[in-house]
Amino acid sequence: MKYTYYPGCSLEATSFPYDLSTRAIAPLLDIDLEELEDWNCCGATAYMSVSQGRSFVLSARNLALAEKKGWDIIAPCSACYLGLNKTNIYMEEHAEVKDLVTKALTVAGLEYNGTIKVRHLLDVVVNDVGLDTVRANLKRDLGGLKVASYYGCQTIRPEGGFDSVEDPHTLDDIVVALGATSVYFPMKDRCCGGSIAGSVREQALRMSKNILLAAQREETDIIITPCPMCHINLEAYQAQINKRYDADFNIPILFFPQLMGFAFGRSEKDMAMNSLIVSPEKQLSSFV
Amino acid sequence: MEEEKEIRLEYTLARDFIDEVYSIPGGEQIKKCIQCGTCSGSCPTAYLMDYSPRQVFAMVRAGMRKEVLESEAILYCCSCYMCQVRCPQNIKITDVFYALKRIAWNETDLKAPQARLYKMSPIFFDIVRKKGRNHEIELMTRFSLTAAPLEIFKQAPIGIKLFFKGRLPLGGKKIKDLKELQKMLDVCEEHEVLGGVV
Ligand code: SF4
Ligand code: SF4
Ligand code: SF4
Ligand code: SF4
Repeated sequence: MKYTYYPGCSLEATSFPYDLSTRAIAPLLDIDLEELEDWNCCGATAYMSVSQGRSFVLSARNLALAEKKGWDIIAPCSACYLGLNKTNIYMEEHAEVKDLVTKALTVAGLEYNGTIKVRHLLDVVVNDVGLDTVRANLKRDLGGLKVASYYGCQTIRPEGGFDSVEDPHTLDDIVVALGATSVYFPMKDRCCGGSIAGSVREQALRMSKNILLAAQREETDIIITPCPMCHINLEAYQAQINKRYDADFNIPILFFPQLMGFAFGRSEKDMAMNSLIVSPEKQLSSFV
Repeated sequence: MEEEKEIRLEYTLARDFIDEVYSIPGGEQIKKCIQCGTCSGSCPTAYLMDYSPRQVFAMVRAGMRKEVLESEAILYCCSCYMCQVRCPQNIKITDVFYALKRIAWNETDLKAPQARLYKMSPIFFDIVRKKGRNHEIELMTRFSLTAAPLEIFKQAPIGIKLFFKGRLPLGGKKIKDLKELQKMLDVCEEHEVLGGVV
């Protein structure tokens, strides 16, 4: 299955393990990725609070470039997914958005006819590839590994459409397909406070702490996520959270394709596990 | 005990404000708010807000411009979309909160914590205009320097960790068709209705 791959800025920097593991498992799942040539930042959340018009226009350039190839877009970053998907939907639903975007595209010699879809990587893995193919690739038995699936907000809300906005299960389904245990995790779709970390950090830390706490209570070995911002907040800030709340969290946060790649027999190094700040070495050692 | 109540005359309410908010895509829906409070009950930060999301909608419709734009409600909204997916009237609540943030950001006499929030966006905006892509290290440094010089010491350990894990490249990437992209952004400037405030 052929797709246009839109990595986004995070996957080139802080979340490069997500990019690397995605590209590594794609061929095994018969996902043929072609990176979008000369893609630009989608605009995301920060742009939304300056100018929604500009964020639509930024996303639309990517959509127009991708439409030339004709394949649907895969966006692994949940913020990119939301931004691109929202633009795609709003252009169809709101004439004023379509007008503005069309004017902007025209000056760059581009056009967009709304013929492609924006898909999250999680959606493609579960719904296009299917869990049978996932199971067919297993090389390691992850039996006994306790995994908490953290979806965050933007993967499943607001437009989402491939999973429940209140009680998502696609990540949990992958965990089970990998032979691991999916722990009870009611905080799985609650916000980690990422978007207010720059303004009211205290509150963001508290929200992330609550998520880690829920995972710790179930003796979770590893948390997996499909979102780069969720990852940063739970991982890079874990030490700060420990300090602030006198806690002792030591829970590795993996991008879900990293765990998939590991289950498919790839080494920890191949999956860039050593680039994580909270190392999963101890948790994964008995499975190596 | 005597209760004090403020009474406002209709002509003092900011009619423009109501129209401003209604003009965002889907904004007209606000008229249909039934004040059920589902949004407030779903909101993870409502307990910190001076006005709950439900109250904000009542205030928007009452044209209470200053109170809404200076409220801590829009400061604490973390865009989780929980209210939006639950609203029985299909109001795009998070979008409205974004719009309120944008209007507030354009006002100069804001309360301090909010002003700080809005310093991140223009920096991001500037980087994307210059490069076509975001460059995290530049964003973090410039934000810390302009908005919170002391923060840089608190946040430095995280940056250093990421850097040594190879996750904060120093050089940012530039796109090839940058000129075209800038032209596209200029079009937005000419169409302030969607491009500027809202
Ligand atoms: S959302 Fe973030 S990662 Fe995605 S393209 Fe935009 S800045 Fe980059
Ligand atoms: S980073 Fe936090 S705020 Fe953003 S989508 Fe993930 S959970 Fe929600
Ligand atoms: S949930 Fe919707 S209808 Fe109910 S108070 Fe909130 S905005 Fe109004
Ligand atoms: S989007 Fe904002 S207002 Fe709505 S529930 Fe989340 S934090 Fe509250």
